Order: sequence, then C-alpha cells, then structure tokens
Amino acid sequence: MNNEEQFEKVKNPIEDFLRMDRIPHIWCSGCGIGTVVTSFVEAIKKSKIDLDKLVVVSGIGCTGRVSGYLKLDSFHTTHGRAIPFATGLKLSNPELKVVVFSGDGDIAGIGGNHLIHAARRNIDIMVICVNNFNYAMTGGQVAATTPTGANASTAPYGNYEYSFSLPYIVEAAGASYVARWTALHLRRVTKSIQEAFKKRGFSFIEVITPCVTLYARRNRLGQGLNLLKYYYDNSDIQHGANTKEIDIKFQGKLIVGKFVDKEKPTYLDCMNEHFSKVIGDRYQLYGRR
Amino acid sequence: MKKVKADPKGVLTGSHYLDGDFAIAEGALAAGCRFFAGYPITPSTETAERFSERIPKVGGIFIQMEDELASMATLIGAVWGGQKAMSVTSGPGFSLMMENIGLAVMMEVPVVLANVQRGGPSTGLPTLTAQQDIMQARWGSHGDYEIIAICPDSPQECFDLTIEAFNLSEIYRVPTLIMTDECIGHMHEKVVIPPAKEIELVERKWYQGPKDQYLPYKPDKDGIPFMVKAGDGYRFHTTGLTHDYRGYPEINAEWQDQNVRHLVDKIKNNADKIIKIEEDETDNAEVVVISFGITSRIAIKAVQEARKTGIKVGNIRLITIWPFPEKRIGELAGKTKVFIVPEINYGQIVLEVERCVAGKAHVISIPHLGGGVHNPDDIFNTIKEAVK
Repeated sequence: MNNEEQFEKVKNPIEDFLRMDRIPHIWCSGCGIGTVVTSFVEAIKKSKIDLDKLVVVSGIGCTGRVSGYLKLDSFHTTHGRAIPFATGLKLSNPELKVVVFSGDGDIAGIGGNHLIHAARRNIDIMVICVNNFNYAMTGGQVAATTPTGANASTAPYGNYEYSFSLPYIVEAAGASYVARWTALHLRRVTKSIQEAFKKRGFSFIEVITPCVTLYARRNRLGQGLNLLKYYYDNSDIQHGANTKEIDIKFQGKLIVGKFVDKEKPTYLDCMNEHFSKVIGDRYQLYGRR
Repeated sequence: MKKVKADPKGVLTGSHYLDGDFAIAEGALAAGCRFFAGYPITPSTETAERFSERIPKVGGIFIQMEDELASMATLIGAVWGGQKAMSVTSGPGFSLMMENIGLAVMMEVPVVLANVQRGGPSTGLPTLTAQQDIMQARWGSHGDYEIIAICPDSPQECFDLTIEAFNLSEIYRVPTLIMTDECIGHMHEKVVIPPAKEIELVERKWYQGPKDQYLPYKPDKDGIPFMVKAGDGYRFHTTGLTHDYRGYPEINAEWQDQNVRHLVDKIKNNADKIIKIEEDETDNAEVVVISFGITSRIAIKAVQEARKTGIKVGNIRLITIWPFPEKRIGELAGKTKVFIVPEINYGQIVLEVERCVAGKAHVISIPHLGGGVHNPDDIFNTIKEAVK
C-alpha cells in the first residue's frame, strides 16, 4: 500500500461531523481555526447532545467558513450579523441549541453592537469567538482586537489604537459564562464548550489562534509552532480573574481561564416570568412544551 | 401551494377604527406572523407598539433590536427557525435593512417588511409623507435580484395587503415589501377584519422527501425550491455566497449565472400571477393617470373632475409596484396618447412608465418632493393641458 492509498483508508476522527464533500478546507497550514473546530466536535461527542437540534451560525471571514464544514444545520450569514441571526433562530425555535462560531472582526468589530446586546439580554446561545488579532480573509488588516503596536496591512507603521479586551466587554454587558483560551489549550477549550452547552444563558468563549500567513508574518513572529510556543510560555491560567485586568499586550502575557460562570434567567425566562406576572392566566408560556 | 385558514387566535374579527400602522400589525397577526423584530422609527413605530401589545396574548415573540441591521438578520433566523416573521421601518431604517434584505433574497427566505415612507434623503422629514423609496425598494441591496412590493392606499388595504404580502412571500420564497407612507400609516379609517375562516393563507412549501436527499436550492417544477426548518434533522447548509443546489458555496461564473437567473426569473416568470392593478376607463382613453398609494386617492379626484369636462381619462392604480406591470402599460401605450404620473418624489415610477411606453406615447411626470400630497388641481390642470 502506498502512502496515498494508506491515507485514503485512514478516517479523520471527526469525519462523521464534517461535510467531507467540502474538504479540503480553505484554511492555511498553521492556522488555529481547525483546532478549535476539533475541540468543538470533541465537546459535541462528550456532551451527547442531539445533533438534529444543534445549529451553527457564522458570519463572514476565515472563521465564518466553519458553518460550511460542519455537518449540522448551518448558516453562513452576513458580516457581523451572526449573533442577531442566531437570536432569531433561538427565539423562534427555543428547543434549538444555537452556537455562533465566528471571528473577532465579525463578532467584535462590525458586529460589536450585537455582541453587547445579546449579552445584555442573556440570549441563550453560545458564542465561540476565534481571535487571530486581524482581518485575515481580506489580507491582514488592523482589527479592534489587534494589540497596540502590532503591524497590520492597514497599520503598516504599527497599530496606535487601543484594542478591545473581549471578556471584559462581554462580562460587563451581562454574559452568564465567559472564558478565554488559546489554540494550544485544546482540552480546556473542549471543556469550556461542554460547560457552555450545559449553561442556560449567553456564553462566550474567546480562543486566541495563530494567523501564520498574515499576522505572524507581518510581525515576524515565526511559524505556527513559534506561536504555540509563545502561548505555552506566556499563558497563565487564572480562573475567576478580574476581566478588567486581562487585556492583551503585543506578545505579552495571556491571562486565560474561565472568568464568569453564573446562573441568571435567560431572555425567554425573563419574558415568560414577566408576562405570567402581569398578564396572568391568559398568558401561555412561550417555548415550553 | 397548500392553502390553510387563518388561526382565529390572531384574528381580531370585527369592525374597527384603526390607523394604517395598526392595520399592518393586525394583518400580520391574521396572516399567522408570530415573530416581530424591529427598531422604533417614525412614522412606522405604531405597528411595533401594536404588535408588542397584542403578541403576549396571542403567543409569539416581539423583540426590539439594537438597530435595523440586527432586526432584519433576526427575522431571517426566525424564519429558518420555522416562523413567519416581519418588521416595519421607514427611510433611514430601510437603508440599514438593505444588507440583510440581500441575504433574504439570496437564501430565498420568505419575510415581510413594511416601509412607512417619509421624506429623505437622510433624516429628512421624519413626521411627513413621501414616496421616495420606490426605487430603493427595487434596487436598494447590491446585486441583481427581484423582490415583490405592494402599495396600500388605505388602512383597510394595509390589513388586506399585509396578508397578501405574507402569502406572496411564502409562494415565491422572497422578501415582500409593503410600501406605504406616513399619510396612510397615520390615517384612521374603518377597517373590517373578517372571521378567521374567511382568511386564506399559503402554507410554507415544506419539503416532505427523504432527509438525506434534501437539496435546499434545487428548484421544484414551479421553479421554487422546498424549504425545511432548523432542528428537523436535515443537516442542511445555507449561505449568502453564490451556491449550488446543496447550498454549498460555488465561486464561479456558472453558478453565479444560475443563481441570479433563478432569483430574477422566479419573480419575472410569475409576474402575471403576482401583479395587481386597478384600472378604469382606460379603453379609448386619451390620457391615462398612473398612481399608487396615497397619491391615487388624490389622483382619482382630478380624474373625476376631468371626466366631468368631457375628457376621456383612464385611471390606473398600481397595487403591485414591483414587479412592475410592464406588459399592461406597454399594451396601453399603443392606444393612449398621454400618460400622467403623479408621485411624491422627483420622478421614480415615471421612469418605469417611460421604459414601458418606449416612445409610443407622451409621458408627463408630476413630482411632489414630499412633506405633503399633491393638490388635485395640479393633476387636473396637467390633464387639461395634455389634451389641448
């Protein structure tokens, strides 16, 4: 058997969850998005959730392509609007488990307003935000998450803007669950997704991932392995850390962990409870069978 | 196309005194819409207020979103979740909704949106009327596509045509726009809501075949693909990208050609079934006045005055503005000498009339730039001048 035949025979361990008729994917070698997809699938397996009720929504960008590769009901929407789209799915059909899987530019840049409002309403969805510090699909432009001082194709002299610290924003806006990991923390990401599957309310998981082709090359940070080494040397797991103090400096320390995990009525809980109180028996609970 | 009767739960049967905005909300509830996502904007807000008051007792969702970008995206999600969904807006909000109207077109999502028009550009005249978004309704989102747009001329029609809009959107899997205006929106008149059993609704074109053979974008014999909803085990994919029958991205000229032709043709080829116009005394008319929405209520006055003076004036009220009734206008162009088009804008529908007339008759525009309606005398005088 030659190598090619051997390769044909070996099944990818997450193949059953992928649209194999769309493989090979578009991601560069050394990219961290596939790693997060693997963690996601592992979490699905371990959580034993009903795949028919699991829905993935993406916006636009490299991570936006995730929805197209997962063999689930999957929606590839407009740039920045994955969260309101997901809100519509969840509220229209509350038995769905809705996951938004998209990038930092999509979720926190163009979609930033929707992010804070979904967290404020505590909509019962999970958001997995792959943060590679730049707009990668369009060629490495500066983003709301690009660390100050880093170089980008539209910040060729370096970024002089302040950057967003996503866990801080999302916690302040009212999320029930907030965690941050890197693409190195495969099992931790899986565990966080498992926890978020069980969580009722707005869950937000940020995963810092290498963008080898653009961010790393422009900033002379080396290959994928060099970036993982950076994560390894500089990540500090601090569960419950104060999210005010975990912003990311260029090539600085990465405070990771689970920062928020609280019980809080969801949007539909609040709606049902409120209407039951003010309208009384004439109100039929929405979304309960 | 499967027809069902309205659910009595949402139907406020009886005779009411309602404004156009309220009538739209009642029409939506009668049509089985149980999901509203929107953002307040004058002069459309009353529809949202009415829906928010009624929906808890009917059962469904009203959510006030952070902006119109989110509203439109939420509606599309809600439709894929299995519901009928709508929103209402005006000029500035309509502009923001264009992004996801395009997504609804591309994903072939039945969704209804009312635009209670006000004067523009920009913030313009928030509290005063206009019909300036007619071309935006047709061309506002980028790319080649077709939508359906209808124009009520009274609160009663706001009710009736909202039901019609839901039915059309379901039949053709296309966003359907109710292009009303501040005058109609805030005008109070008698609105008769029939019993639920007299309201006929079109059911979504649900797919029934084997789960593993579902192709979300394979046109059926009538040209319209079948739909499913999320959570039913089809594991389907849909995207705003150019796509194949499976809904998978196809970034090439061949599928782009297929997609655009399909999106345009499914409306164009059914234009005769979709288009509704009201027409009187157009046979042998020297002059035909063409108008829509609030302007048709002023135009008819001028037409009647002109008829009293012996001028043969035909009158056409466009209920459907998109797709445009090009065939009928073209037919009349051979027989009528002059077309007069009053509208509350600087001349938008008149361009369509000129296109259809194709030089075979004289076309006169009577613009009103917004903030009020025409004086019937202006239309009457134009008719008189035209036959001199």
